[in-house]
Amino acid sequence: MQNLLLDVKGLETQFKTPDGVVHAVNGVSFGLKESETVGVVGESGCGKSVTMLSVLGLIPSPPGKVVAGQAFFFGQDLLKMSNEEIRHVRGAQIGMVFQDPMTSLNPVLTIGRQLEEPLMLHIGMTRNQARERAAELLGMVGIPNAKDRLNDYPHQYSGGMSQRVMIAMALSCSPQILIADEPTTALDVTIQAQIVDLVKRLRDELGMAVIWITHDLGVVAGFAERVMVMYGGYIIEESPVNLLYGNPQHPYTIGLLGSLPRVDERKHEKLYSIEGAPPILYQKPKACPFAPRCKWAMDRCWKENPMLEVVEPEHRVACWVDTKTGRSRA
Amino acid sequence: MTTNNEVLLRVEDLTMHFPIFRGVFQRQVGAVRAVDGITFDIMRGETLGLVGESGCGKSTTGRAILQLYRPTAGNVEFDGVDLVNLKGEDLRKTRRKMQMIFQDPYASLNPRMTVADIVGEPLMVHNVATRAEIQERVNHLLELVNLSPSFAGRYPHEFSGGQRQRIGFARALALQPSFIICDEPISALDVSIQAQVVNLLEDLQEQFNLTYLFIAHDLSMVRHISNRVAVMYLGVLVELADRDTLYKSPYHPYTQALLSAVPIPDPIADANRKRVILEGDVPSPANPPSGCRFRTRCPIADKICSESRPEFREVQPGHFVACHMVK
Repeated sequence: MQNLLLDVKGLETQFKTPDGVVHAVNGVSFGLKESETVGVVGESGCGKSVTMLSVLGLIPSPPGKVVAGQAFFFGQDLLKMSNEEIRHVRGAQIGMVFQDPMTSLNPVLTIGRQLEEPLMLHIGMTRNQARERAAELLGMVGIPNAKDRLNDYPHQYSGGMSQRVMIAMALSCSPQILIADEPTTALDVTIQAQIVDLVKRLRDELGMAVIWITHDLGVVAGFAERVMVMYGGYIIEESPVNLLYGNPQHPYTIGLLGSLPRVDERKHEKLYSIEGAPPILYQKPKACPFAPRCKWAMDRCWKENPMLEVVEPEHRVACWVDTKTGRSRA
Repeated sequence: MTTNNEVLLRVEDLTMHFPIFRGVFQRQVGAVRAVDGITFDIMRGETLGLVGESGCGKSTTGRAILQLYRPTAGNVEFDGVDLVNLKGEDLRKTRRKMQMIFQDPYASLNPRMTVADIVGEPLMVHNVATRAEIQERVNHLLELVNLSPSFAGRYPHEFSGGQRQRIGFARALALQPSFIICDEPISALDVSIQAQVVNLLEDLQEQFNLTYLFIAHDLSMVRHISNRVAVMYLGVLVELADRDTLYKSPYHPYTQALLSAVPIPDPIADANRKRVILEGDVPSPANPPSGCRFRTRCPIADKICSESRPEFREVQPGHFVACHMVK
């Protein structure tokens, strides 16, 4: 086994709702190497955010519960840690950026105060040291007049600038991993390009690993080294970025890529559409969760749930069907 | 798609300012210049894409065309009828021909009405059918948008986002309009559902020879669905051209930056292209820059750009640009 920075095994998370127990994550295993960038792609409800929140101990309980699995980070299982212990991992060693920068910042504290807090809490800096470092961080994420802008409140920042602040905050204690959960979804395309560029630059400078959660297959194409596609609480395909886009194997991945119009589209063709809608899982699937929407589905797909299997070096797919031939993988 | 050269909608110098009031006496101290003098035509049967970032005034343009906001200045002519000076009953009658599909399928359907009531309401309001006819029409409309007529008695919360958007389409089609404004109809939907909905929009267009104004911020989807594309920035049009020209050889620096910022779902194509990353944010429309609105973020801005507003002119047949630097 290679040296994995983060090693997640058999993660399962459920939520109790008035309509029944929702099986959000149903056995997810993956590893993250040092200074590697991984994209996690899927539609809403596929379990991509819940997976990462579970690893970080951020699932509100009740109603949520991590029911199985391990997540090793430097030899320690994050899922077994006490609240106090994991609080020191979060923020200090694993940084996070969320989707909506406007609601992630406290509106009644200045940007400076919010940036200083993790520095004093996790690294034990004094207020003055923290102040200085906060100004440095703001400058690093490209906010002009950083020193003066520390005294501003969040409403004085635009969406793109708030997201820069969130990134500065996540990086303040030099984490080994940055987890970004749809950090550009709420932003305009030109601002999205700025943020992606910023994270790329900081990743290269600081040598940290990045997990980038998104529903946009375009964003991770130019940025991640490896991509995991999730559906129905499972990873259904995982591979280096070039193989995934060049040789997608799972029917869902093929469908997703086919349903995207491209800005460099050559001729007008009807978009490929996947019929139906993603499932809400009130039971742990016994069969392939994608079978109801799959045009390749065979008998076996309705009876057994496929596991991730290697189809070519570093390329793993969870599907009974070889989509190249339309026949069963023997 | 059958596009001909007959102009269906003519928008001339459309301006929409929202006043800002301050102080004890609520005096007007300024205005948000949401749309500031834009001119374009839409031909019968075509789809015009209108793109821009949030706050650039693209939705306001749509609403001002339908007279949901009364424009501050300018003309809107629909099928030869001047909409701006139309009032009361006459306006109501003309509105039958123009419909709108909204962005958020969760907010644009009344949760207390059944699907049959929602889709049938326009027919009722405009008094064009009897109760029995309405029921039949509703069933037919639901079939058109690929929903089972047996859903007619259900409420919106029982449907998924994509299905709700279809209900919105059925409602918009009820009065057999010739023109539909689609205001970000797919941006609230999941990726795999977006393609379903866009394909349906295209089918309906072919079937009823509809004309669309397709408002969106997703440039790839706009390219897919439009015949011509207009780009908006801070209340003004900066470029307008037929689709292939605009995407292949954009003139305006903003269009160029916007196009280069769109991620391509292909690592090789994505690595091989030139990117222009714009600095800074969009300025406030309450206090826009003098001269060219884009000059504060423009990589090629010159002195003249702060002095005079560039004219929106035709640089090649059918290709309009508002930029001093384009010869």
